[in-house]
Amino acid sequence: MATHRLRPGKILIYFILILLALIMLLPFVWMISASLKLDKDVFTFPIEWIPKNPRWQNYLDIWTEIPLGTFIFNTAKITLIVTFLQLLTSSFAAYAFAKLNFKGKNVLFIVYIGTIAIPWQSYMVPQFIMMRNIFHLNDTHLAIICLQAFSAFGVFLMRQFYLSVPDELCEAARIDGMNEYQIYWSIMLPLSKPALSTLTIFTFVNTWNDFLGPLIYLTTTNKKTIQIGLRMFISQYSTEYGLIMAASVVVLIPVLIVFLSLQKFFVQGIATSGLKG
Amino acid sequence: MPTADARIILKKRRKRRNTWIAYSFIAPNFIGFAIFTLIPIIMAVGLSFMKWNGSGIQKPKFIGLDNYLHLFYDSRFQEALINTIVYTAVTVPLTMICALLLAILLNQKIFGRNFFRTISFFPYVASLVAVAAVWNALFNPDKGPVNELLRTIGISNPPGWAADPNWAMVTLIMFSIWKNMGYYMVMYLAGLQNVNPELYEAAGLDGANGVQKFRYVTIPQLGPTNFLVLVMLTIQCFKVYDIVLMITNAGPGTKTLVLVFHIYNLAFKEWNLGYASAVSMVLFLMVLAITLIQFHYEHVKTAE
Repeated sequence: MATHRLRPGKILIYFILILLALIMLLPFVWMISASLKLDKDVFTFPIEWIPKNPRWQNYLDIWTEIPLGTFIFNTAKITLIVTFLQLLTSSFAAYAFAKLNFKGKNVLFIVYIGTIAIPWQSYMVPQFIMMRNIFHLNDTHLAIICLQAFSAFGVFLMRQFYLSVPDELCEAARIDGMNEYQIYWSIMLPLSKPALSTLTIFTFVNTWNDFLGPLIYLTTTNKKTIQIGLRMFISQYSTEYGLIMAASVVVLIPVLIVFLSLQKFFVQGIATSGLKG
Repeated sequence: MPTADARIILKKRRKRRNTWIAYSFIAPNFIGFAIFTLIPIIMAVGLSFMKWNGSGIQKPKFIGLDNYLHLFYDSRFQEALINTIVYTAVTVPLTMICALLLAILLNQKIFGRNFFRTISFFPYVASLVAVAAVWNALFNPDKGPVNELLRTIGISNPPGWAADPNWAMVTLIMFSIWKNMGYYMVMYLAGLQNVNPELYEAAGLDGANGVQKFRYVTIPQLGPTNFLVLVMLTIQCFKVYDIVLMITNAGPGTKTLVLVFHIYNLAFKEWNLGYASAVSMVLFLMVLAITLIQFHYEHVKTAE
């Protein structure tokens, strides 16, 4: 590495990168900064990035001003159940599609793949009517769980991974007398940790950040998820910027923690979905 | 020979048993998928030929193609369609250019590469409601820091952003690029990993400079990634809703009304379910067209 000099090209690259990083980061920094200010100080210009008297009180007030705790609990509950069901049923179904031969396999798989291309927004209306008129599930968490937990995408993602596991492994296990359920549980599932992690992070982020689903289904305040709850709060207290920003920071933290700890799998997931279509 | 017959019967029985085992694997997912996805999709098609307000008392009434004919007289639908297409036509190429440039920069051997990669992904994972609140504050026409800055550098009459009829769509597109470019940057990074380094060496030996290497090696090699990003982004833009709700609320007036926003209003505000489904079918056909183009392209690719 003797050629580690700063050439003009490198300097230009760093300049652009730092500029882009600022564009990406400054809104977040501003958010944190504003969350520690009085409403009247939020818009002082030039921006006071580090408040002289940080108002930590905002972070206490948000819990009493809005039922933020309830919203977080609701969202966490829905997200955990959806992620669990998604992982379980997707990996289960994907095993059959990847490793078993049966009648109607191709037709079923085409049905699955076909619906990935159909935007949810084009059938959200009859889906809501069905949930409301037939299952009487409007304004319940169960409705959100039902419509998120059985995605074709999960099945597809897991199947792609299982295909890369050699069939001989399953054959050997069959000769050893294992049945299919045992092979799935003790061979395939442990092997598919990377794919499971990818699916976990996708499902987690999507469910946690989902907006339109809860907006359509959940009407009672104490049933709302964090996204529509925060949105409600923002429209009610539109001038209390300090509080809005404090609540926004609290909402961002769980997703950022999950993202930073599972970043590797996230990036891999996008890369594979990109390469295999 | 009886033994052979017995073997065939045994084999058949085993095959049948295997089929049932396979179904038992698929069932938990498929039952949920069929009830909550397949049936609503079929219902959506049926509903688009009916008139119904969704109540249990009034029954859906079959009205043939009336809903589809009404599309030609619904100026709000036409506005929404045009806005969606304009939004898509501008957002897609700009996001692609930004994401590609970012990916190329972050593919260099530079100090702090992982840090920059993580940063550029932040907006994508961040909750939309939270970051939209920040944007609305930053771009507040009267007191937001962006306009304050513009005034300080001598622009006495800065745009009203989301509240300005001429700037609302621009604000929406800017936000959309900022929010989503990180995702596509990762796809481009993956694509760049697949470019054979020997091609760059060969081009270098032929005396190509950086720009020429980019033009004659990187761009052609990234063809499949480019195409995939194009398809995914276009579909994502067609389906835009939540960004619009939070940044401009379809306004001012109907300046940024988009298709899904219109569907939502028709269905859940006016309870005009049949007509809302007909508009949904337009959205579906738009996405289907893009998907078919993708299928065709990939077919051509594999045939080559």
